[in-house]
Amino acid sequence: MIRILWLIPAIPVLAAGFIALLKRGQRKLAATAAIGALGVSLVMSVAAFASMLGNSGLQVMNFRWLQFGTQWISLGWLLDPLAAIMLVMVSFVGLLIFIYSIGYMAEDENFTRFFCFLSLFAGAMLAVVIANSLLLLFMGWELVGLTSYLLIGFWYHKPEAAAAAKKAFIVTRVGDLGLLLGMVWLYGSTGTLLFYNHGAGCLEHGALAVLVAHTTIGGMAVSTAIALLIFLGAAGKSGQVPFHIWLPDAMEGPTPVSALIHAATMVAAGVYLIARVYPLMSITVTPGTISTALQVIAWIGAITAFFAACIAVAQDDIKRILAYSTISQLGYMMLGLGVGGVAVGMFHLITHACFKALLFLGAGSVIHGCGGEQDIRKMGGLRRFMPITFVTYASGMLALCGFPLFAGFWSKDEILHAAHGWPMSLGPFYLGTAGALLTAFYMMRQVYYVFLGSRRTADEAAEAAAKAADETTAAHGHATAHGHGEPHESPAVMGIPMIILGFLAAFLGFVGTPAWPWFSDFLTGQTTTLDFGRFGEAGLLPLMAVSSLMVFAGLGLGWWFYGRKPIVSASQPDGLEQAMPPVFGALRRRLFVDELYAVTVVRLVRWGSALADVFDRFVLGGLAGLMALLVNGLGHIDNSLDTHAVNGGFDLGCRELATGGRWFAAWQSGRVQTYLRTIGIALIVLAVMLLWWGKA
Amino acid sequence: MLAWTIYLSFAGAAAVLLTPKSKPQVTRVVALLAALAGFGLAIAGTIAYEPGSIVTVAQVPWIPQLGIQYHLAADGISLVLLLLTGIAATAGILFSWNIENRVREFFAFYLALIGGVYGVFLSFDLFLLFVFYEVAIIPKYFLIAIWGSAPNGDTSKRTYAAMKLALYSFAGSALVLAGILAAWVVSGAKTFDMQVLAKYPFPVHFQMWAFPLVFVGFAVLAGLWPFHTWAPTGHAAAPTAASMLLAGVVMKLGAYGCLRVAMMLFPAGLGAWGFHVLGFGSWRDVFALLALVGIVYGASVALVQQDFKFVIGYSSVSHMGFVLLGLMTLSQIGLDGAVLQMFSHGVIAGLLFAVVGRMVYDRTHTRDLKILSTMHLGRTLPFVAVVFTLAAMASIGMPGFSGFIAEFQVIVGVWHTMPWMVFVVGFGILVGIGFTWRALTRAFFSDGKRATAAGPPEHGPLAAVTWPERCGSLLLLAATVTVGLYPQILMNLILPSLNSPLFAALRNGGWR
Repeated sequence: MIRILWLIPAIPVLAAGFIALLKRGQRKLAATAAIGALGVSLVMSVAAFASMLGNSGLQVMNFRWLQFGTQWISLGWLLDPLAAIMLVMVSFVGLLIFIYSIGYMAEDENFTRFFCFLSLFAGAMLAVVIANSLLLLFMGWELVGLTSYLLIGFWYHKPEAAAAAKKAFIVTRVGDLGLLLGMVWLYGSTGTLLFYNHGAGCLEHGALAVLVAHTTIGGMAVSTAIALLIFLGAAGKSGQVPFHIWLPDAMEGPTPVSALIHAATMVAAGVYLIARVYPLMSITVTPGTISTALQVIAWIGAITAFFAACIAVAQDDIKRILAYSTISQLGYMMLGLGVGGVAVGMFHLITHACFKALLFLGAGSVIHGCGGEQDIRKMGGLRRFMPITFVTYASGMLALCGFPLFAGFWSKDEILHAAHGWPMSLGPFYLGTAGALLTAFYMMRQVYYVFLGSRRTADEAAEAAAKAADETTAAHGHATAHGHGEPHESPAVMGIPMIILGFLAAFLGFVGTPAWPWFSDFLTGQTTTLDFGRFGEAGLLPLMAVSSLMVFAGLGLGWWFYGRKPIVSASQPDGLEQAMPPVFGALRRRLFVDELYAVTVVRLVRWGSALADVFDRFVLGGLAGLMALLVNGLGHIDNSLDTHAVNGGFDLGCRELATGGRWFAAWQSGRVQTYLRTIGIALIVLAVMLLWWGKA
Repeated sequence: MLAWTIYLSFAGAAAVLLTPKSKPQVTRVVALLAALAGFGLAIAGTIAYEPGSIVTVAQVPWIPQLGIQYHLAADGISLVLLLLTGIAATAGILFSWNIENRVREFFAFYLALIGGVYGVFLSFDLFLLFVFYEVAIIPKYFLIAIWGSAPNGDTSKRTYAAMKLALYSFAGSALVLAGILAAWVVSGAKTFDMQVLAKYPFPVHFQMWAFPLVFVGFAVLAGLWPFHTWAPTGHAAAPTAASMLLAGVVMKLGAYGCLRVAMMLFPAGLGAWGFHVLGFGSWRDVFALLALVGIVYGASVALVQQDFKFVIGYSSVSHMGFVLLGLMTLSQIGLDGAVLQMFSHGVIAGLLFAVVGRMVYDRTHTRDLKILSTMHLGRTLPFVAVVFTLAAMASIGMPGFSGFIAEFQVIVGVWHTMPWMVFVVGFGILVGIGFTWRALTRAFFSDGKRATAAGPPEHGPLAAVTWPERCGSLLLLAATVTVGLYPQILMNLILPSLNSPLFAALRNGGWR
């Protein structure tokens, strides 16, 4: 298996090359090639995964690539449980999204180009997964980034899309520069960039000992400095605060791209990178303590998880809510890696990939069905028009919220459990728990706005549609399911991937319950046993209860603010008011509480979110802008220096030379009298000088 | 066999003059055949080459009284640059296919320039090297002054640029000549043979002043800051093929001279002075800093250019900074990266100039990014947009292209010797991404809403991309991708040669 493992990324890349040669009209061939290639990769990935089930050892395949000074740089690929599980996830989710794209992009004129980029992306991402060398990983990493920018800017005639691509490119490149420097430093210190090389790799004992033994600026171990630089790259890719600013803008790309690249796979590559180099991240000078790098990762992750969840509450664009949610969940993964280890973070990565891809596909289906509308205020009541989308979306939403027994419940709970047991501080735990509440709240809000809602909401949507379109469409209302004025369910080619992912969002979590922790055992190479007694572990059940309570509280609050209101304040007088005025009075008081909540908690939350949003847009964005301004200023200074000093100096020198030349040329007048006169004067001077000096 | 690269180029120059004036197609084909023949010979020479050796091509006395020989030879470094010359020459002719004005003279000058360049890379006699070096300068002047761009019929800019380039080149040569003659006198060996002189122990105090003289003399042509100012104006005013050659190979003449003459013959000149002035303890510190300034400076000036061709012109200053910085690391990795960067920049800059000068300017007749941003070139010229995107990615050091390997090696070399500089280089790389992205989006993927008051100039539908352009683009892209994915193909040539006895004194018993 290991010998042919390279085919897994190579086949989609070759398919991309093939599609690039096709003509614009050859749509079917392009889609077939892309899907077929990724299908082959999926089959091989599953085979690789199966081979790992029996024997969980690490297999590597290295080869010499480049003579580097006196040494060789080798590249190689590896297969271990971590890579195997990631391979299956990427190719499986990728394949579903490819199929979905056939429907979503059906009307786009650049259909073939889209599949070319998508296929290239899949190949590069799979290369990142199997890389056994930081250098090879970096190559895949950059290629993944490149395809990401190309796809964000896919509709580059939209100015926002072009700007978003630019932002993504530049922000992530700042992080990548950190990764590059960390890589150079790692190579300088250990002389190898291979992860595993039969004892000589940079993640193996010998090299790690060297890294720990040396210190650099401020007494920091070299291993810590390198780990932090690598984390910089991971934070850029995975949208950790303060590098997260590019990810919401990246939603300008087509929705399948958002699902595949900016939710399921590429943004998770940073998490995967940290998991891959975990030995380097966790090594400390004194064994038994927690490394600085992991502490940084845990705190940044926790802050990201909470911060992004706050912002998500105040967004009105269906994809932007999901984007901030993705950032928040990536924060959870980082938190999981920081406090709990590889298995904890990776488990959430895998479950998140399924349900977040699902949510994005659902959002895409909604956008598709509503003729390109993305503002949730203009939707509502869609459950009747798109039942499949609604049911699958609900499954994904419950998984994301961490509703008990859904996939996200198990994986998020594991993270919170690990954070609770973290010896350094309980801060990340509280941030994570608060984030869980917010997550449930904003998802409930979104679902109410988009799918549930009342007739009133539907009428508003119709009115909004009427304003945008023409009167006749509005008059017919939502009676017909055709045309772009009214919402309609998406075709089967989009529905089936959503149904499959919907099942996974509901049931995937059972591979990693405390009673049957198959996932972490698979990663560590142990056999799994079923033991319900593990639920009795100290603090586990109370913690589950707390986190479930948070989810219910969040869902309840969502219902309180968004679900209850439309029913009570419907235009016709309430039946309850006529029948039992006292009860209704109590309800009024409740309404008063509702209003109180509305002016206090909600407004506070809204203000807080708005503040965070403003902070995000102006302070962090402003910092980026200021940097750009400074660099631009430097450019102008250098430019004027070049024009006036360097170039001006040259011109001045030339002019001086020319003037000098003219001056000398004046002597060459051709007038014999002048020559003779000069000779005469010179002779006299010479004679005087000789006489004068000759005496002495 | 390799000597025929020179002879065929000069013969080609003569042959195109003999072609009938009424049939420019014949002239082009003859020129292309001459360039292809040179390229083919360079490939054949590379295949036959045994790593680490020095292939003597010709060695006959020329002016025996002065010990001047006609001595042509090649080692791995020469071969890398011969390959580059072959590629650039062929691509340049393909991108000059649309020249209509005085076709025969154009290709004659062009091939004469190529012949001179081949000669420099093959010369192992200092005097001969100098002669070829001068031979290469003269056609450059005419190529710019006659066929250069003349916006609105104004020829003053190209005359100015041509004159500036020639003056800078000759000033540099004067320094080089002084250094060469001094070496001849001081060694007392009555020879210009570089293999002999490389082994001659020149007195250290002599090297201390001869080294900077010769180094600066050559580095002028390599775009060393602050002697770079000929480069952007020269590149911008030159016709496409000449810009490609200027950036592609002529700047490499300078860098090659720095390595082959200044550093190989006077390595002790890089040693410590024994005292410090403003923190500089040796010429190496001085030149490393100038190279570093060049990297950041070139990139930041490129960031604010309105003229598309000037963006690329200043980017060359920035990228050549990597070559010079790599040389100054005096480490095997750094030098290796420097030589690889010579090749890489030659190919990539050639491609960038081809896009700007031939594929865009010849169709739109403007290089103003503001005007280009209103033209939606991404949609009207998709092939060109894709080529430029790939070239831009190669230029900013995206892995998978040759530039990444080269810059990575230079950075590792710098890390070993002057670690703090790495962070400045990193900043330069970021600015490089900035200007590349700016040029890319403005020129090809702009929404065009920032139209100038004057509005876009009137133009009909743009001409379709021709086959010579496609072939030339593919040739250059293939070169950078091949080296990017399998750099060992050139590393096999460079590394053993750096470890050959020629550079024994520079290695100083082992790489620093």
